[in-house]
Amino acid sequence: MAAPCKYDWPEASDRHLIGTRVSRLDGPAKASGRAKYTYDVNPPELLFGKVVRSPHAHARVSSINIDEAKSLPGVKAVRIIQEPGKEIQWEGDEVVAIAAVSEEIAEDAARKVKIEYEILPQFVMDEDLDAAKQAARTKPTVDETKGEPDKAFQDPNAVVSEGTYGAAVITHCCLETHGQVTHFTDDQHLRVWQSTQGVSANPGEYAQVLGLDAPNVELTCDYMGGGFGSKFQVDRWGIECARLSKDSGHKPVKIMLERSSELLVAGARPSLYGKIRVAANKDGTLTAWESDAWGTGGPSGAGVPPLPYVLSIPNQRKHYTAVSTNIGPSRAWRAPNHPQAAAVTICALDDLAAKLNMDPIEFFSKNAELAPEGLVKTYREELAKAAELAEWKKYWHPRGQGDSGPVKRGLGVSMHTWGGRGHASNCQFTIHPDGSVEAALGSQDLGTGTRTVIAVVAADTLGLRVEDVQVKIGSSRYPMSGPSGGSTTVGGVSASTRRAAVDARDALFAAVAPGLGAGADQLEAVNGQIRARSDPSKSLSWKQACARLRGKPIQVLGKNPGECTLGSSGVGGVGIADVSVDTETGIVRVNRMVAVQDCGLIIDMKTAESQVYGALIMGITYALFEEKVLDPQTGRMLNPNMEFYKLATYGDIPELIVHMMTGPGYDERGVIGLGEPPVISPGAAISNAVANAIGVRVPSIPLTPDKVLTALNGKGETA
Amino acid sequence: MKRKKSKSNQPVPEQGVSRRDFLRGAGVAVSGSLLAGEGLLKVAPAAESTGKVVGPGAVPFTLRVNGKPHAVTLEPRVTLLDALRNHLDLTGAKRVCDRGTCGACTVMLDGKTIYSCSTLAIEAQGREITTIEGLAPEGKLTPVMQAFVDNDAQQCGFCTPGFVMAATALLKHNGSPSAKDIQRGLGGNLCRCGTYHGQTGAVLQAAKAMKTGVRG
Repeated sequence: MAAPCKYDWPEASDRHLIGTRVSRLDGPAKASGRAKYTYDVNPPELLFGKVVRSPHAHARVSSINIDEAKSLPGVKAVRIIQEPGKEIQWEGDEVVAIAAVSEEIAEDAARKVKIEYEILPQFVMDEDLDAAKQAARTKPTVDETKGEPDKAFQDPNAVVSEGTYGAAVITHCCLETHGQVTHFTDDQHLRVWQSTQGVSANPGEYAQVLGLDAPNVELTCDYMGGGFGSKFQVDRWGIECARLSKDSGHKPVKIMLERSSELLVAGARPSLYGKIRVAANKDGTLTAWESDAWGTGGPSGAGVPPLPYVLSIPNQRKHYTAVSTNIGPSRAWRAPNHPQAAAVTICALDDLAAKLNMDPIEFFSKNAELAPEGLVKTYREELAKAAELAEWKKYWHPRGQGDSGPVKRGLGVSMHTWGGRGHASNCQFTIHPDGSVEAALGSQDLGTGTRTVIAVVAADTLGLRVEDVQVKIGSSRYPMSGPSGGSTTVGGVSASTRRAAVDARDALFAAVAPGLGAGADQLEAVNGQIRARSDPSKSLSWKQACARLRGKPIQVLGKNPGECTLGSSGVGGVGIADVSVDTETGIVRVNRMVAVQDCGLIIDMKTAESQVYGALIMGITYALFEEKVLDPQTGRMLNPNMEFYKLATYGDIPELIVHMMTGPGYDERGVIGLGEPPVISPGAAISNAVANAIGVRVPSIPLTPDKVLTALNGKGETA
Repeated sequence: MKRKKSKSNQPVPEQGVSRRDFLRGAGVAVSGSLLAGEGLLKVAPAAESTGKVVGPGAVPFTLRVNGKPHAVTLEPRVTLLDALRNHLDLTGAKRVCDRGTCGACTVMLDGKTIYSCSTLAIEAQGREITTIEGLAPEGKLTPVMQAFVDNDAQQCGFCTPGFVMAATALLKHNGSPSAKDIQRGLGGNLCRCGTYHGQTGAVLQAAKAMKTGVRG
């Protein structure tokens, strides 16, 4: 066991807030509509910006005429973003930007911009690898062999299963679209309000592109309406928004993307398709994996997915081909590449389990042996817990052997992993002589509960209530804290805040110890008091103690990484879906979802569970509904709106059961991020449940009625 | 290589009509509002029953919002949502889908929920407009808002004002909603973070609190 270290998380018995259910601090501001998002920022003399976008998926700009737009009364600036000659690689790419005194006039001006294009051949059919090869849109990026796959597949004892699996391109569909308000207050100073996941990082990006000194760019993001990985960078429309501000005589300019633009250009999750062969011994022990996989994330292809997912099968052959398409470029989507890798891997393994006539829970528990060493036990515990909560023994049946009527019920399971180590973070922590406490970090709250987590850690350390801590985030004026992505925020901000709060507390102890007649190391901060551990009669109220600072606030900086280990990395997790499939209509309904998740020490149980509930709902959405539907003839997106780019509604949500693995064996790992992992399994679990219900695999998600019916028809033909 | 020239002066659709153009072309009197959540708004009575054509330039009129009159001068094509957000700085109602699908822009007209993105501001004159800011003018949370906080029925919070409006309207008309009633009442709103789970508890808690409040 590691030696105790002064910043260590308190023992379970000494935590008065950590791990309890605390309501999010900004809940009242959000629920009452008072919270001001970037979209809501309306400084005086605000101009509205619009971007004229390419209607073509692949084209070259031939000519641009902005004269008429410029002369429209109320138009203050018009900028050409891509001059004639520039090649457009996706529908919706930015060509001209306009600022006007009203949004309506900006739209009128956009219509008066005349752009001619030379249309070039486009390609958007990522599902068809042969078509991509014919169109010269492929680039092989992985060709790896491990062990002896051929030998393993040919082993007479081997049971081999093969199939094609996949996950379509989807979008982020943030409810607050991407955008910003930019204001050049003079030629050298830029004020920005931006819906972003990177408050501390973005000012430097503006400064670099616009030739400003970084300290002269100040950015604010008090509240932001969803990012999911798509809002890290300063986008071209952000830079152009700033330039419009300068061109219009230092007026603030707001550009928030229209819904259609948001779905066209502001983020896509890469697709993944794969022809998979897997083999196991007759007892179910996995022996071999072969994958010929491909996917697209737009013009530059996509990152390499982690195949096979979670389980390190001993003998492998892997090919991966990046397919380049004319769609808006991919961005990190909550657990980048993992939901797709799960949909391909876990579904292929589930088909093998069915071929082996094995219960999938038993199959995955057995093969958990192939998971990273530290997670083998975790997966087995989680599989058992999830099966119990889903009443697996009661409702599971061998594949296709359930109900005899047209509506078939089935169960499916999946497992997942994620890192989630805390990012670099600085927390400036102040105890004021009047007793107020302030934690300032250049972080951001995406709705994950970052503010609340900071307050819980600070208050727990100081023996105060959550409402006694003022949390200041969302400004680049606060000390640098990392961007919020990859489930790194909770680990980062909780550790920097803990170190800062401990140092500040110890400084307060030192200041009041002489007066209390006790050593500083004998004091504790509990229940709004500073008191001697051995003699609670030697005590001061928090306010009395702070008053002894004689007008001099305590101010310290806590850092992450830093002394003492407060977090770690690498979680497991299991999801189970219980579905009903109407074999006459092809409609899938989820009856129940179970998530069992570990994430080390949980700071706020309430917002942690919300992350998991939300992930299950987002998972149901991408498993059943979401797809960027593209027209192969024109390369244009057919559903850049919210009627046809469908999100689950309240009525689509089944019973959700969330179980967090906590306590001995888990808490000791320290804080690990949670945003990504629980969103990974639902796609594979739901697909497996559908296969279990109807007896045949629907090859790719989303599991739309047409695909379900096609799979059922295919079964009819081969039977 | 097959190449063709195309001329276009607006993004999409090339030959299309934007929603605002449609509303403008269709005139004030005939553009009905879409259905929102619990409330079913009948086709708006003709704002100018004399048949007088207004616009296309800005015209002065009065909007009564949260009990107070606001004199505005707006083009007839300006939606109620944009009038509230861009001209009155009432930003609780959000613009998300901007075409009557997601409910983030929900406000009440004469006590019934509507999608303010699909209603013209000029249609709303003479009616009582209630935005989320009007539900809790003193800053004290309503039972519905408190229940959304307590049940963590929100994450990023961008859809939340719309859901609070929908839930408020639901409970106004139905103090003891069944699971099906809640599904209908909230069915006109969309959330991306996935906060529907907490919303069930929130609506039930608020229903209970409002009943207790009435008795007390």
